[in-house]
Order: sequence, then structure tokens, then C-alpha cells
Amino acid sequence: MLDLTPNECVEREALRINPCKTCQPVGAVYAALGVHRCMPYSHGSQGCISYHRTVLSRHFKEPAPAVSSSFTEGASVFGGGSNLKTGVKNVFEIYKPDIIAIHTTCLSETIGDDIRSIIQDIEVPDGKYLVHANTPSYVGSHVYGYYNMMCGFINYLSESTGVPNGKVAIFPGWMNPGDLVEIKRLADICGLKYIMFPDQSGVMDAPLLGTYEMYPEGGTRISEIKDLGNCRCVLALGEMISAEPCFALERKCKVPHKMIPYPIGVENTDEFVMQTVKLSGIGNVPVCLENERGQLIDMMIDSHQHYSQKKVAIYGDPDTVLGVMSFVLELGMTPKYVITGTFGERFDHEAARILEVYGVKDCKVKSNADLFELHQWIKNESVDLLIGTTYGKQIAKAENIPLVRVGFPVLDRYVHSYMPIVGYRGCIRLLEMITNVFLDERDRECEDKDLEIVL
Amino acid sequence: MNMVIPREEILAKYDPRVFKNRKEHIITVDSNDPNSQITANSRAVPGIMTHRGCCYAGCKGVVLGPLKDVLVITHGPIGCGFYSWGTRRNKAYDPNGVWFQYCFSTDVQEPDIVFGGDKKLRKAIDEALATFKVRPKAIMICSTCPIGLIGDDIHAVAAKAEADYGIPCMAFSCEGYKGVSQSGGHHIANNTIMRRVIGSNIEAPQASRYSVNLLGEYNIGGDGWEVERILERCGIEVVSIFTGDGSFEKIQKAHTATLNLVQCHRSINYIAEMMKTKYGIDWLKVNFIGIKSTIKSLHDIADYFDDPVLTKRIEDVIEDEMEDIADDIVYLRSMLEGKTAVIYVGGSRSHHYQLLMRDFGIKCVAAGYEFAHRDDYEGRDVIPTIKGDADNKNIESITVKPDPDLYKTFLTEARYKELKEKMELDDYAGMIPDMDNGSIVIDDMNEFESEEIMRIFKPDMFFSGIKDKYMFEKSGVYSRQLHSYDYSGPYSGFAGACKFGHDLVMGLTIPAWKLIVPKWKKESVLEASFEKKGVL
Repeated sequence: MLDLTPNECVEREALRINPCKTCQPVGAVYAALGVHRCMPYSHGSQGCISYHRTVLSRHFKEPAPAVSSSFTEGASVFGGGSNLKTGVKNVFEIYKPDIIAIHTTCLSETIGDDIRSIIQDIEVPDGKYLVHANTPSYVGSHVYGYYNMMCGFINYLSESTGVPNGKVAIFPGWMNPGDLVEIKRLADICGLKYIMFPDQSGVMDAPLLGTYEMYPEGGTRISEIKDLGNCRCVLALGEMISAEPCFALERKCKVPHKMIPYPIGVENTDEFVMQTVKLSGIGNVPVCLENERGQLIDMMIDSHQHYSQKKVAIYGDPDTVLGVMSFVLELGMTPKYVITGTFGERFDHEAARILEVYGVKDCKVKSNADLFELHQWIKNESVDLLIGTTYGKQIAKAENIPLVRVGFPVLDRYVHSYMPIVGYRGCIRLLEMITNVFLDERDRECEDKDLEIVL
Repeated sequence: MNMVIPREEILAKYDPRVFKNRKEHIITVDSNDPNSQITANSRAVPGIMTHRGCCYAGCKGVVLGPLKDVLVITHGPIGCGFYSWGTRRNKAYDPNGVWFQYCFSTDVQEPDIVFGGDKKLRKAIDEALATFKVRPKAIMICSTCPIGLIGDDIHAVAAKAEADYGIPCMAFSCEGYKGVSQSGGHHIANNTIMRRVIGSNIEAPQASRYSVNLLGEYNIGGDGWEVERILERCGIEVVSIFTGDGSFEKIQKAHTATLNLVQCHRSINYIAEMMKTKYGIDWLKVNFIGIKSTIKSLHDIADYFDDPVLTKRIEDVIEDEMEDIADDIVYLRSMLEGKTAVIYVGGSRSHHYQLLMRDFGIKCVAAGYEFAHRDDYEGRDVIPTIKGDADNKNIESITVKPDPDLYKTFLTEARYKELKEKMELDDYAGMIPDMDNGSIVIDDMNEFESEEIMRIFKPDMFFSGIKDKYMFEKSGVYSRQLHSYDYSGPYSGFAGACKFGHDLVMGLTIPAWKLIVPKWKKESVLEASFEKKGVL
């Protein structure tokens, strides 16, 4: 497994090996799936959407409907306008969505199709909508695609009617349905009136009832996206992923925003709860949340000896990685390597800031990095634990290091997308995974005479 | 006999334009109608939820990706390389390390699109060779959509790198927009493999008399290993495999084999035919999916080589392997006989798996290919009548001549003629002749049509890929991925067929299916409310 990886690190500028990111359009698709009765539409050749649907279905174990302009060489030469017009007409007729969310690919971007002007010539049926976002694959990563599509919805739909709705907009960033359900539960407990956008819960965790619904019950309603413009403010989670949509809504509808980290870890969740309670005005943090928090702290103290001071490598999307890093620091673990494949100076700064708080000095932080480089670092100085996506499993196997799967994509496990890692309960789950992976390792690796029943 | 013709029913909800396009892609099998013809390998309708991939997926993802001693670099933005990284479950082992465990990409950025990416590509090759201590046997470059558009000359970069490093370096212009599906990519990959790889080790000594290449076997879930095990048990040498667990080094010697065995003809019939022309190597259409199919393939191989000792050994192996699974067959038939299935997968599997299902008495009511050509449905004879269009004319078709030094034939002309009557020698009959009258053949079946088929036929199981697997299961219909086998396999050969059968039994009988409808949907829960209203 990865037997060819040499210890010696050679600086690379042009060659990416084992990426820790993928391209924008898959993010656009996932964002669009978080809107009720929305059909994601990829303007390009059909291979892209085939790959994107595949990776989404493999992560969520759910259908991920999406369509394509099905470019062939002709469209690539003469422009994709005709394909887009035909495609949109067919989608409205065959799949009957309420809204189509078009995103571009590196193909349509390179030939310079002007989606906005093509769309103007399309007759959209009454009560139906079209939005678009530019998502060139040669800029940024899937994280950019996610927020660009959020901006697409906001730019097309959100409006300020001058009648405030009294609600807070929650931009949860890129999360699994289980996380989104947890965020909503916390917001409900804190008495917040809100619109969450986007919201893949109820869509990418739809129940099996014996009939297939292309558009399950979940997702942010179109009316709610329009109404974002009348919100009091935005509570945005994940500073890397939510900044642009916040700016878009501010530019268009003058809605102010508050950006906080993903509520992964105790203090990050505290921050979310504090902000939510302040915004709802209930005056104090509900006792049930204090209890959940207390349970978490209790378990952290109970279990600390099994992970404290262990060295950990964390990789994945920037906001997720920063959240997980905060939590492992709270657990008394030592982040040794922290990387994201997405480019972002804010990531480096924010990671440095958090590490400084805990006085951790020798942690390597790198954005725009890849997993091959991470593997090389590990070969030179190993860690006790990996936390990240499925694509780290090769390193885990090669170096015999346990892996806790977190982030996107997790292709080789079940149920993970239902289980939150946000909020106090999410922390409890992360704690469970981290602790037990060490205990499992100990039981597996120890000699028979040392196998013990009790802790 | 009254034929059920549900084509109109399947397509009823389309508007007339889409209906007109799609109706050519669906036919009802009718062995009495020799004129029935299907339309295939044409563009998908824009906006239709097709399951097809692209040219890059066929070239890098399917054909080149599995090569274990080659550094394959995807030149383009990061996505294409990322998605084709280990996602086909094509296994490989090499004690010296396997290159395809790594995903190599130039991760092209906006400035490269504006100013050209060829310098970055060259630099990426330099960096790869500087980074890895072990040299790959070859370097292959696959280009993606924007690279074709901005006109990077990847072939020039490859030629220069080859000259500089002395490692074979070849480029594949397999941009996603070329052709109408993955199929174009197979063709592009194979053309270069034919030109540059096969026969390039001219020093290689002739392989043994009973030696084969295994063509169109991608070792998904270890299928190729199982086939190799059976063949070697029979005393047949496997010179190379295209390309599951395949290596550049072995494919260079492929010309030394006596016979080519073709498993997935869709992806590789070009190579089989070109090797026949250039080296005189006959090819035999085989199918190691299914018990009867495997036996037939082994019998055909025995007939081809026509050596009583080899034939005896093959018969012994068949007998021995069958003995091992005899109880399984009885059990699996008892559990699966009479079930109905629909199958919709890539190149040739929809055909192969019908024969495996038949081993256990499962009836296939509808089947289709994702990226087939007409000959995959109707047989190789129809190739001269297939009309080319602009989309497939863009894929280069190469011709080869007999090699003056290496051309040789194994069979006498008389024996060749005799065998051609008996078996699919340099030929394949296609899927339709193997299907029952009244069943449906559907090319490039899309999501909407899958739903309609499910509604009309109510099959017990729907074999497909990941993109629609969960849709079927949401509807309460068991589905198994036949691209990747849902983490299972191998399904090839004797034991593999039973593995498949057991997987089906397990999938069809899990208790959860009976739990879909909750108790309160079957019984009244009204008791409490009567009391409240004081009715009782």
C-alpha cells in the first residue's frame, strides 16, 4: 500500500499527488440538493455529472439526481447555448422540478458560454425558477463550488421587500444531514426563528418508505430563499465557506452577518449556542444544553487517559479541519499535521491562531496541500491518529495508524452521514470514535496475556 | 404469440421530440423479426438523466487506470483525476509497488488555462521523476476537456519527455466532450496501446504453445485473478491481461501469445481485431461470468488448441470445480428460480450477467447497455451497416498491416473454418440473440425510463450502478451494483458465480424488506380516540 512513497520530500509546484480536494461543480450540486424540489444541472459534458452523482451517492448512500447539457464536440466548438436551452426544457417537462440550479464546468467556462444571457432566452414555465453559478473547476475546490452556488441562489432569488420577517438566516456550510438536524435542534431549543439555507437534511437522508420520490420533503423552500433578504441577520457557520454568501446577501439585501466557526468542539459549540441565544433573546442558555455540555465534559475527563497527548494528523475541508483541530486540542491531543487541499490564507492564519492559544508550536499547517505530502511527513515523523476523509485510508493502512472518518467524502462506511459531529452531541460522538479507535487498537495489538476486560 | 410492446408505455410521458429520439433506442426481442434494429452510440438528449460518463472516463478510468507499473498523469483541473482514483475496484498487486494507488494530476489553475498548461505538464513529469525513486515502466498523459480547448500539445510534451528520460511516454487526447460516452475513450486508449505498447518488446521469446492474453478483463473485485487461476489450473499460460492487474511490461509481450480471449468486447474489440491483422493471433469471445458460460468458454479454448492432454486437463478442472459448487447450485436454484430481473450496466456485463442469472433460473425481463454500439446488441455482423456520424468520426480509427517478422497463425485454414462454425472465433453474436422473446432491450436507459421499467415490470431485482441503486431500493426493489459489485466479488468463474448467487439470496431475504410497512399501517390505531370521545 503506497509502497512507492519515498521519505524524502521534493518540493512540487506542478504535480498534485493524491489530492485533498476536488472540483467546484460537485459542491454546486450538493448545495443545490439542499433546496426543495431543485434539480442540479451541469452545463458541460456528461462525464462530470456522472462522477459527481457517483461520489455523492457513495458518500450518502442516497440517490443524487442531477442532469447535464451532454456536450459533444460540436457544442464545445459552437457553444453550449442550444444544449442548455433544450436541456432546461426537457428537465422541466420530464422531471418537473420547481427550480433548476445550473452550474458551469471547466468545459463551458473555457469556451466562455455566458449562462446569464443564454438563460434570458429560455422560457421558464410559470412559477418555476432558474438560477446559475459559475463554477470553473480550475479555480479553488469543491468548497468554492458550494458557496458559489449558494451565491447563485441568493443573487437570483433573495429580495428585501422592506417587511422584516424577524428570522435569522443560518448558513450552515457544507455539512452532513446529521449535522444539519443537530444544528436545527440546537436552534429550536434556543428558541430561534430561522431559515436554514441550504438544508440537505430530509433530502440526502430520506427515509425508505417503499416509493421513490425524486424530491423528498427536505430542503430550503424557494420562498424561504427569497425571504432571506428580509432576515434580521445571518448566522454563518464556517468562515471559509460562508463568507461569500454572507457578502452576497449583504450586497443585495443589506442583511448583516455574524460568522463563527463550525460548532465542532466545546468552545466552538459554546459560541454557536451563545450567538443563538443572543439572537433569540430567550435570555439564558436552556438547562438541557448545559446538561449536554456537562455530559460531554464529564466524558472528556473520564476518558482522557486514552488519547491525551497523542499526536494527530487532520485533513479535509478547511472549516471542518479547523473545528476538529479545536476539539482535539480541547481533548489534550496534539495536532501534528493539519492540512486542507483547498487554497485559503485564512485557513493558515486561523489555524495558527488556535494553535497559539494552546501553545502548540511544532504543528505543520498547510492549505493547498495534498495527501502525498502528508504521507511523506508522516513517514518522517509519525502520528498516532488520522482524522479525515476516506482518502486517508491508504496512509492509515501503509503506516498502521488508526483513522477516524470525518468530512467529505467518506465513501467506505455507513451511517456516518446521519451522525452529527457538531454540537455537544456531535462532540460526544467524535469523542467516542477517537477513544474507541485507540482502545480497539490496544486490544487488537496487545499480547494475549495483556488483554484486559475492564478499564 | 401476443407480444407485449411496452415501448410506448415506457415513453408515454415524453414530449414528441424526446419520444422520437428515444423510441429508436428501445426494442422488444423478437427472434422472428430479423430486421429489428436498435439505435445505439448516439448522443444523449441534453437534460436527460443519463448514466453515461465521458471519453476521459473510458480512457483513463477504464483502460489505462488499472495498469500497475505506469505513471498516469491526468492533465487538467483536479476533479477528473480525483474521481478516477481507485473508484473502479480494479485490484492489482505488485511486490514492487502499484502506481495506480496514486492519483497524479496537474491540478490546472486559471492562469494555466489562460497562458497554456503544457509547461506545467512538463514540469509535473519532471517532478514525478524527481519525487519517486522507482521509475515507472511508462508515463501516460490523459487530457481533460479544457486542455483540448486551449490546445496544449500534450503529444509534443510526451515526445520530449520520452527523449529526455528514455522512458516511454505517451499522450492520450481523451477530452470528455469527445464522442458520446465512455466508449470513445476506450478506442483512444486502445489505439495507442496498439501502436506503442503491444509487440514493443521484440526480444521477448514466444510464449508457450497454450498461451493466451485476457482482453477486456479489468479485475473488478478480483474477477481477473479468478479467471487466471482457472486458466492456469488448466495448463494455459496467461501472458497479459488488458488491463485489470495488467502491466505495461507484460502487454509489451502480448504478441507472443497464441490466442486472445475477449471478455468485454465493447472496450477492446479493436485491439483483438488489430492483433489478428498484425500478428495473426485469433481471438475468441469468451465469458467467464456464469457457470455454463465459463464451461463453454473453457470447452472452446480446448477445441481451439485441440490437444487431447490439454482437453483432458480442462475437463478435469471443470469437473473438479463443479463438484465444489454442486450443493451450492442446488440451493441457489431453489432460492432464486423464477425471480425476475432487469439489468442495466456498461459495455458487456448486461449480456454476461443474464447468462449467470439463467444458471440459477432468474429471468431477465429487460436489459440495456450504457455505452454500447449496435454490434454489442446485434452481433459483429452488423458493423459494416453501422452509419458513422460526426460524433464518432472524431475518434480516430487506425489500421494495421501484417508484421513481416511476427505474423504467424496457429490454425490451418481448414481448421479455422471448421472452428468458426462452432464458436465465436473472431466474432461475437451480441446480447439480443441470447435474450428471450418478448423481453425489452433498452439502450442508454435513463433515470426516468428506469422508473417506468420498474413500474411496468415490477422486477424482483434491478442490477445497475451506484447512481440509481438507491432509487430502486427506495422503491422497495433490491438492487446490486454490477459495476463495482458492492464491495463483493469476484463473481467470475465457478466459485464467483455462487458468490453472486449467495449475495442475491442474502439481499433478497434480509428481514428489513418485510419491515418497510409499519404495524400501524396494517392495523388500526384508533382505539384510544374512541375512548376519548366517550363512544365506548
